[in-house]
Amino acid sequence: MTEKVIEIRGLTYAWASQPLLLDISEFDISIGERVFLQGPSGSGKSTFLGLIAGVLEPQGGHLNIAGETLDRMKGPARDRLRADSLGVIFQMFNLVPYLSLLQNVTLPCRFSKKRFEAARDAGGPELEARRLLGRLGLQGDDILTRKVTDLSVGQQQRVAAARALIGKPRLIIADEPTSALDADTRDKFVELLSEEAERSSAALLFVSHDSGLAHLFDRAVDLSDINTAQAEIL
Amino acid sequence: MGASMISLSWRSLLNRKVSALLTILAIALSVALFLGVDKTRKAARASFDNTISGTDLVVGAPSGQINLLLYSVFRIGNATAEISWGAFETLQNRPDIAWAVPVSLGDSHRGYRVMGTSQAYFEHYKYGRKQPLRFRDGQKFEDLFDAVIGAEVARELGYDLGTPLILTHGLGRGGLSDHDNRPFRIVGILAPTGTPVDRTIHVSVEAITAIHVGWETGARNPLADTISEEMIRSFDLTPKTVTAAFVGLENRATVLRTRRAINTNRSEPLQAIIPGQALAELWETIGAVENILLAISVFVVAVGLVSILTSILSSLNERRREMSILRATGAQPGHIFTLLISEAVLLGLMGAVLGVLLVQVLIFIAAPIMASQYGVALMNTGPSLTDLVTVGVVALAAFILGLVPALTAMRRSLSDGLTVRV
Repeated sequence: MTEKVIEIRGLTYAWASQPLLLDISEFDISIGERVFLQGPSGSGKSTFLGLIAGVLEPQGGHLNIAGETLDRMKGPARDRLRADSLGVIFQMFNLVPYLSLLQNVTLPCRFSKKRFEAARDAGGPELEARRLLGRLGLQGDDILTRKVTDLSVGQQQRVAAARALIGKPRLIIADEPTSALDADTRDKFVELLSEEAERSSAALLFVSHDSGLAHLFDRAVDLSDINTAQAEIL
Repeated sequence: MGASMISLSWRSLLNRKVSALLTILAIALSVALFLGVDKTRKAARASFDNTISGTDLVVGAPSGQINLLLYSVFRIGNATAEISWGAFETLQNRPDIAWAVPVSLGDSHRGYRVMGTSQAYFEHYKYGRKQPLRFRDGQKFEDLFDAVIGAEVARELGYDLGTPLILTHGLGRGGLSDHDNRPFRIVGILAPTGTPVDRTIHVSVEAITAIHVGWETGARNPLADTISEEMIRSFDLTPKTVTAAFVGLENRATVLRTRRAINTNRSEPLQAIIPGQALAELWETIGAVENILLAISVFVVAVGLVSILTSILSSLNERRREMSILRATGAQPGHIFTLLISEAVLLGLMGAVLGVLLVQVLIFIAAPIMASQYGVALMNTGPSLTDLVTVGVVALAAFILGLVPALTAMRRSLSDGLTVRV
């Protein structure tokens, strides 16, 4: 059996007093695999990611992340699993405004011992942060000492990518990370993210409604194809 | 998790410098007000309690014991009536009384009160823990026109032994009612005591009589100037009345009996008070006012603390995104809770510490003024136990108030999921 980073069987979820939003009978991501997940807004993408990230508690089915059974875990254990194994990139406003650029990148090392140790073994969190930022095209004190709120959106997204990558998590989740970028920066960003994910052997789950990006990934999946609950509503 | 979150709180507060500073300032000012009221109250009490000791009874004309205490011992206010010299002599001769010192008030010199008394005063008057008066320079008055001044009079007016002194009739600032035809000479300067003695000019009761020759109507009789010093010295200068008398007993155990005997004196109405008891009554009266002041300042501190709540609660909405970023990078709800609670405690703690420092600075500035204007010695002994307790209580209150935003944010961070639609 090949090891999976995500293994889903019959996962269901509904928001309080609303109809079933998600019912996913089967969905897997292998180690190091880069998957493009497509779906119109309102299709339950964010909820799906919330479940995978362990912020939401699944109501039924099985959900294994990085070899651990998330659906049987309590809140704190899910939080630890997320801290240890997941890197998350949002659509925008990814950075904590009162932390420096480097502190934003090393943030996961504050919450996860595992990622702190991984970063330490790679030369220390700050050095690792500088290295990742450098690979993503952010280097020089001119940029690194800037207030994060003064960075361009493209730069902010790259800082968020470095943060997601630090400490070698097994899975990177990117929730529409390019929707605020123009076409040129968008392709460049996806390329860099994809490269770096591969370099640190992390799987990548990239969510977007922009199907033009699908060809940059190993596999493209439409959420409505795997979510049977969606069909029932329609 | 603690230290790491506190350093995040600190950065978060720095990021909202202006709002954080205003909150800290509000707490600092309120804490300073509270501690200032408390310290002034304690200092006033201590300096009042220290003013007289070793005197068993103070005797004066009947007017209420607080009133008598205030004008005879503290030189606050004026006597409404005096007691006759005869009554004083009778007191002096009572077998149960060891000593009696006359006190004759009414004149002044450049705002400092003049007290007519006897040489025995310097032996019997005690302050603090039964400390006697000490001479820094010179000695007791011997001659009719000798004067002994308190330490502050000497310091403030720059007087030294031998400096001539012109007394003023009543408590005015001098001028027409000066006793300028009868100058005094300073023969003694007392060491500082921290009591009203420091602000007093002591002369003999005979001298008080002498300078009032020709003033029987209350103002200067033109004839007064025609009476020479030699003539005055030849007069019988035994005073007709004195303001009060300080009395020491042979045996302290008889104090109640002696007091009753004096209070029921037939020939002339007299009132004898026990200084400690009169002081206790004074504090009872003032205590109510003190408590109101203290209560007000406690409410002001409460208002200051509520500003912590306001400042953090109002920031919560705009920080929803920040919380979800922290959650996404691995923060547990407990981390979010710690972040916000430590912001509240940091604000409270910094405000309270600043307040303590502020009071120290204020005392440093105000102590000389308080001492010279009101005779209250504000001891600047550095941060006291009260200061520490206050800082602790404010920090604790900040923690309790911080529970509101901390629990709110924690609950929200659970329900918001990974993404917040802002």
